[in-house]
Amino acid sequence: MEVLYFAWVRERIGLPRETVETSAATVADLVEELRAREERYAAAFADLSALKVAINQELVDWSTPLEGALEVAFFPPMTGG
Amino acid sequence: MDIRVQNAPFDLGVETNAFTARQSHMGAIVTFTGVVRDTPDGALDKMVIEHYPGMTEKALAEIAQQAMYRWSLGDVLVIHRFGDLRPNDLIMMVATAAPHRADAFQAAEFLMDYLKSRAPFWKKELTASGADWVAAKEDDETALERWTQN
Repeated sequence: MEVLYFAWVRERIGLPRETVETSAATVADLVEELRAREERYAAAFADLSALKVAINQELVDWSTPLEGALEVAFFPPMTGG
Repeated sequence: MDIRVQNAPFDLGVETNAFTARQSHMGAIVTFTGVVRDTPDGALDKMVIEHYPGMTEKALAEIAQQAMYRWSLGDVLVIHRFGDLRPNDLIMMVATAAPHRADAFQAAEFLMDYLKSRAPFWKKELTASGADWVAAKEDDETALERWTQN
């Protein structure tokens, strides 16, 4: 699947997007895998209450299953308008 | 319904006039415009707006559709910019057309409340002393609650 990062999440990880091979069942499981990779991922995902996640461009919860997910995006709360 | 996400500036007068001209049987047009606000000490060099191409357009269309469903509206326009903006630049506008003003006002407020915290845009402010991502306000979330309570 494609994993996308926006705003300060992108800056902390140092990438706008990457392809990730995973067998994680839920978004939370994917986050655990990413955290374990490297310090920059652990730093970006340190506080999940400061983050939002979307699957296939729809906002979801951390417990949402990844089944059917082509695109998962992590970002801080939006500040549009 | 007209939803545009663009880097280019837009002309508020031209857009408002064109939107008004293409309506019929609408007695009320409400517009809201968001402007890049300088810091109190005038130190803002620029504002950079990032967005999530694809999701942004979908989220805006969904919010506009909800407004059309909820109020008696003839039309909705949303224009939102991304990229580098300077103080006083226009960031975005919404316009609503309705037979009567109450629907046009309420729908415009609803659109703004949802757009602020449900459309994937992020603002970064650059000043001489550094760069900071604008933090979402708790007020922005509570603003949504009044639309779900009734």
